[in-house]
Amino acid sequence: MPAAEISSPPRNYEVMPKASPNGEFDGELLEVAMGPHHPSTHGVFRMDVVLDGERVAKLKPVFGYLHRNHEKIAENTTYLASMPYTDRLDYFCSMTNNWAYALSVEKLAGLQPPERAEYIRIITAELTRLVNHTCLVGFLLQDMGALGTPLMYAFREREKILDLFEALSGSRMMCNYMRFGGCRADLPAGWLDGAKQVVENYPRFLDEFEAFLSGNEILMARTQGVGALPAELAVSAGISGPMLRACGVNYDIRKVDKYGIYDRFEFRVPLGDHGDVFDRYMIRLLEMRESLKILRKALADIPDGPIVDSKAKIRGFKPKVGEAYGRIEGPKGELGFYLISDGSLNPYRYRVRPPSFINLTVLEDMCVGHSVADVVVILGSVDIVLGEVDR
Amino acid sequence: MLGEGIIKGMAQTAKNFLGSYSDPERLVTVQYPEERLPLKENTRNFPFLVYDGADPMAGLRCVACQICEKECPPQCIYIIKDTAKKPDYMGKMQFQPKVFDIDISVCMSCQICVEVCPFEAIKMDTEYELSNHDRFGGLLLDKRELAKSNEHYHKIHPTDATEVDARLAAEKAKAEAKAKAAPAPVPKPAPPVKAAA
Amino acid sequence: METLEQIKDRIAAAIPGARLEIIPNDTPANQRSLLVDREHAFEVARLLRDDAVLRLDYLSNATGVDWLDTSIKEKVKVKKVVEGVEKEVDEMVERKKAGYLEAVYHLYSIAHRHGPVILRIRTDNRTDKTRLPSLTPVWRSAEFQEREIYDLYGIIFDGHPDLRRILMWDGFQDYPMRKDYAEPDDYEYEPTPHDEVLEKAQPHSR
Repeated sequence: MPAAEISSPPRNYEVMPKASPNGEFDGELLEVAMGPHHPSTHGVFRMDVVLDGERVAKLKPVFGYLHRNHEKIAENTTYLASMPYTDRLDYFCSMTNNWAYALSVEKLAGLQPPERAEYIRIITAELTRLVNHTCLVGFLLQDMGALGTPLMYAFREREKILDLFEALSGSRMMCNYMRFGGCRADLPAGWLDGAKQVVENYPRFLDEFEAFLSGNEILMARTQGVGALPAELAVSAGISGPMLRACGVNYDIRKVDKYGIYDRFEFRVPLGDHGDVFDRYMIRLLEMRESLKILRKALADIPDGPIVDSKAKIRGFKPKVGEAYGRIEGPKGELGFYLISDGSLNPYRYRVRPPSFINLTVLEDMCVGHSVADVVVILGSVDIVLGEVDR
Repeated sequence: MLGEGIIKGMAQTAKNFLGSYSDPERLVTVQYPEERLPLKENTRNFPFLVYDGADPMAGLRCVACQICEKECPPQCIYIIKDTAKKPDYMGKMQFQPKVFDIDISVCMSCQICVEVCPFEAIKMDTEYELSNHDRFGGLLLDKRELAKSNEHYHKIHPTDATEVDARLAAEKAKAEAKAKAAPAPVPKPAPPVKAAA
Repeated sequence: METLEQIKDRIAAAIPGARLEIIPNDTPANQRSLLVDREHAFEVARLLRDDAVLRLDYLSNATGVDWLDTSIKEKVKVKKVVEGVEKEVDEMVERKKAGYLEAVYHLYSIAHRHGPVILRIRTDNRTDKTRLPSLTPVWRSAEFQEREIYDLYGIIFDGHPDLRRILMWDGFQDYPMRKDYAEPDDYEYEPTPHDEVLEKAQPHSR
């Protein structure tokens, strides 16, 4: 172990120029730790902010408060036993986490989920997207000071979808529903009608939500032009999901990779052009409407049939030696799993590509020059979940 | 107009407030201990062991094969095999657990033990009021606390339980037919059933 | 997209001296990867990003892999003088293969919508020669991910702007994702009936 290399370099922030040219202020910089127990950081996340008066001069995110080395745990258990742990990565979107992991293992082992399972996966994934985006908008408004009300409305709608998840998988949030080569259980009786009902009522809620938010003067003043991200930087920094599309980059993995059966559905990819917080907010609202389109078609078209590939094994699952990287368009961005198999019961290497962790790469670039209150809003628009950032 | 957003917002709030008196869609709160939502049929919480018949310990379906112990992701199941055997539902001699503990303070309700069990012996319960004064001992359930009757299983998951019963009955009928076809079965102790690896 | 062989030829033509190797992958995914030597990795990365045909402008995933030292036992025929007579005798020979740490990069192109091209760079060994060039100047996306590799695997990336621990705390001494990582003896009482935990508890209980 090279002991000399371990100690990290001291953090010395270079001295900034004086705040005010006419010398009104002394220009002294103040280092503040925002978090880990700050109500706006959505969990235990810390930002070491260097402030010049009210402006942010430098910002370093600090992670790891929720680190439990998920990857090491997964490398010491069987392939199937990691599935419930993936629920706990991004605990808002357990269905898409399950899908991403199942997809990677299917690539590794050459399993093909049957038609009905593919439809169920799309339905649950798009419902998850609704849950995530609805909550995000609620939290974002909470961060902006719209205390309580919008978040409660968002949670009321989310609860209807979580009820569907509970009826399907037995658990509201920790679904643990998908399996390699299909899904765990078939839809219970009456589930499709319940889902159709939710999907039919959702636009009414979105209209209501938007009616008093999207045109709101305070919301526009707080979000427009705040935290703008140039498209080139976004691509170079590996930003994905709604945040990338808010910069005007047309890249949706559902369209590019066409995993599952997404090529059978028609939907548009909303794009922003400023890349600021308002665009990110708007993109999510528009994406929900596109998700509803997919849902309506999937719920109408879903065929009967088996739900698990007949080659799939529950006990003693051993893929061949090799590796695979599978990725899906999660609600927060590109969620990938990289697996190396050595032919044994446990994966040799198991890696999660967490979208909200990588999306934080540009947090400093977006925040420098803005005020502390804007940092809260910008972080809210990145859409992080600490279970996934720290893993 | 100045204040337009406030008026719009307040109108929205008022609509939801008044609507909560008439529209069940908008009234979502349940006064918990007095009022309870009906549980979904698939709801799962912590595992229990199914037994048939009247005596919980004699009727346990578990044969101590320890597959669930190996597969459990957070490793919260603990089994010691008993050397004595007992007949299972088909009359075959099988091992039984001497100790079967589940630490539900560690259990994450993932249902993998249920899926991997080849004997339909462990199922998910729906009991959720489990608060306890003893953080360590009180949440470590032994096999007496875990054993619950097949009737209880029927009560909480009727569809699944009926399916399982039908499957077990079919297996039994098949085995009996086989036994009849092959006369004079050699009465030797059955080897411990090993699940397909 | 071009095949990996074409990409390899393209790199070989542009960067003479680069040692490239295609690592096979037998799984149904068939995602083969390109092994690049340390000295030319940075140039190769820049070429992959800037080449008009490839334009791999999006680094999706960067991660580390730890390959332990392995020993392969082989039967070798050896000529030996046994009891005055020269004979051919089978003998087991153990060959040591040095382990190494590996950084794996999954590249996609947003401009051309293709990918993935998988790039691998290996260190010499797992102990003292664990330096690799950082690709953060090419793709900013590698910034946090390389910090994570450094934190969990101990690969030191030369040219990284801010190489500190990211998930573990400053001052943590080991690399937890390495295969031979030994858990520190910081036992806390847990209410569990597992033997191994109780055994671990023995020396701590007075």
